[in-house]
Amino acid sequence: MTESKVISPSRPSDLGEIQLDVNNVEVVYHDIIQVLRGVSLEIPRGKIIALLGTNGAGKTTTLRAISGLLKPENGFVKAGSISFEGKSIQNASGQKIVKSGIVQVPEGRRVFKHLRIEENLRVGSITRTDKKQIAKDLLHIYEIFPKLYDLRRKQAGYTSGGEQQMIAIGRALMAAPKLLLLDEPSLGLAPLLVKDIFERIKTVNQEGTTVLVVEQNASIALGIADYGYIMEQGKVVLEGTAEQLKNNPDVKEFYMGVSEGKRKSFKEIKSYKRRKRWM
Amino acid sequence: MAYFLQLLITGISIGSIYALAALGFVLIYKSSRVINFAQGELIAIGAFIIYALTVWVHIPIWISLVITILISYFIGLGIERTFLRPMIGQPIISVIMVTIGLANLLSGLVFFTPFGTLPARYPDFLPDPIRFGGLIIKWEQIVGILITTIFITILMWFFTKSTLGISMRAVADDQMASLSVGVSVKKVFALAWATAAMSAAAAGFVVGSLFGLEFGSLTAIGLRVFPVVVLGGLDSIAGAVIGGIIIGVLEQLATGYLDGIVPGGGTGDVFPFVVLIIILLIKPYGLFGTVEIERV
Ligand SMILES: Nc1ncnc2c1ncn2[C@@H]1O[C@H](COP(=O)(O)OP(=O)(O)OP(=O)(O)O)[C@@H](O)[C@H]1O
Ligand SMILES: [Mg+2]
Repeated sequence: MTESKVISPSRPSDLGEIQLDVNNVEVVYHDIIQVLRGVSLEIPRGKIIALLGTNGAGKTTTLRAISGLLKPENGFVKAGSISFEGKSIQNASGQKIVKSGIVQVPEGRRVFKHLRIEENLRVGSITRTDKKQIAKDLLHIYEIFPKLYDLRRKQAGYTSGGEQQMIAIGRALMAAPKLLLLDEPSLGLAPLLVKDIFERIKTVNQEGTTVLVVEQNASIALGIADYGYIMEQGKVVLEGTAEQLKNNPDVKEFYMGVSEGKRKSFKEIKSYKRRKRWM
Repeated sequence: MAYFLQLLITGISIGSIYALAALGFVLIYKSSRVINFAQGELIAIGAFIIYALTVWVHIPIWISLVITILISYFIGLGIERTFLRPMIGQPIISVIMVTIGLANLLSGLVFFTPFGTLPARYPDFLPDPIRFGGLIIKWEQIVGILITTIFITILMWFFTKSTLGISMRAVADDQMASLSVGVSVKKVFALAWATAAMSAAAAGFVVGSLFGLEFGSLTAIGLRVFPVVVLGGLDSIAGAVIGGIIIGVLEQLATGYLDGIVPGGGTGDVFPFVVLIIILLIKPYGLFGTVEIERV
């Protein structure tokens, strides 16, 4: 790799075989609104990758491009390529992508409010046919989230935000994903719950699932991640190992709230400009 | 008392027809928010196919019923595929116009067959009515209630126990979230139409065996669906069933008790609507309709 975006020599490919390769992807909504302007991500197998950025940076859009959920939003991949385990998926249907092993947990959880918790989980297994393994996986999800077992007959609409996040993650896990895409799992949760949810995410990852997690809460995400990308205005502006990003003064200042200044954009930060000159 | 019971039984048997008809309507509305104005035509077509198989092809009527329900499954799929699928993403009003057009198209097609003009009857296939303490209970009524019960039991099982059925309810709740785990929303819409056509055929059989096959009165059942689903809740399966029975019974009680008092009669057609308005004043979403859960 000759790109100089990286802070230090460590590349995602140093962490393991690249499972998902997002290459220069551009996304347009409603035929005219260009939101992604060439996003590239490399996701190594078995790792946790954080995708950070401010509101409207295009994080959700990036996840949708990967999971095939752009079409219902009237968006499409205009340029670039996405390949998962060596196969091109940028034109595949959402259903096919789920079957191939990528599942997205939507922003804002989106549980099926009128379904019981266990029913919510079962919907997650719709693309699968291995009945016995499905039953085992359900029990396993109850092991990861014991609370869900206690509440399994309750209507999901009447559970708390933290419980709904567990339902949404559990529902996605029922599809037996190889790569789990999480869109702001901390959204609207109390700090203690956030910590709890991230510990479970770590558990899921340790059991072999690759995780790509979108977050506004950079410190918690970098706390469990191996590698991170930072997006702004439809582009990746910075990437590096979690350690590098955590110690990067700009990230500290702008994303982890260790700051006195009130800057509006990452681009205004000095070292970003300096890097840009080098490119 | 016997008079009351008589009205009640007749009411329940007619109500079970409404329940079947409304069930299909609710399934389509629940999954895709489409209001199906062609439910009455589907009922008529189901009833006619059973007649054709029984009288023209000489298949025993019970087997004709089963075959027709199977055929209706494919009719439903075909209708969804041809008329509704191209409309996905279009404004809901356009989609409703399509179902109205579909109703007209199906009526038009019926007039190419002998059924457009000829009022027919199924050959007698059930024993004489049961007479019991002043009551007269027709076997057709019992069969109607039984078929409805079986149909609804199977559907309830499907929607609560099978992953596909649960996923259909999930689509009704949140399409995007369903897509995120790989539910095929198109397949769910198609299945809703298929099920609606099947329950319409079952309803057609019950109407046909009770009242004969007259195109106008068969399609009229499609209109009765509206008070039923508004009463039960537009998106509630249980509501469709209970609403159907309530409207059927109210109709009979009104006809039996009020027609003599009210000059001109016809209270059976009006009374259910009076009750409907009162219920809606108390419960705007119907008896069982979904009240939005607002909680984060
Ligand atoms: N369905 C859509 N149609 C049109 N524009 C959209 C659509 N979804 C997102 N956008 C626009 O694309 C841009 C990026 O949105 P996106 O949701 O991907 O950002 P995000 O990084 O996830 O932001 P947030 O942190 O607020 O969730 C925004 O300007 C948004 O208004
Ligand atoms: Mg977002």
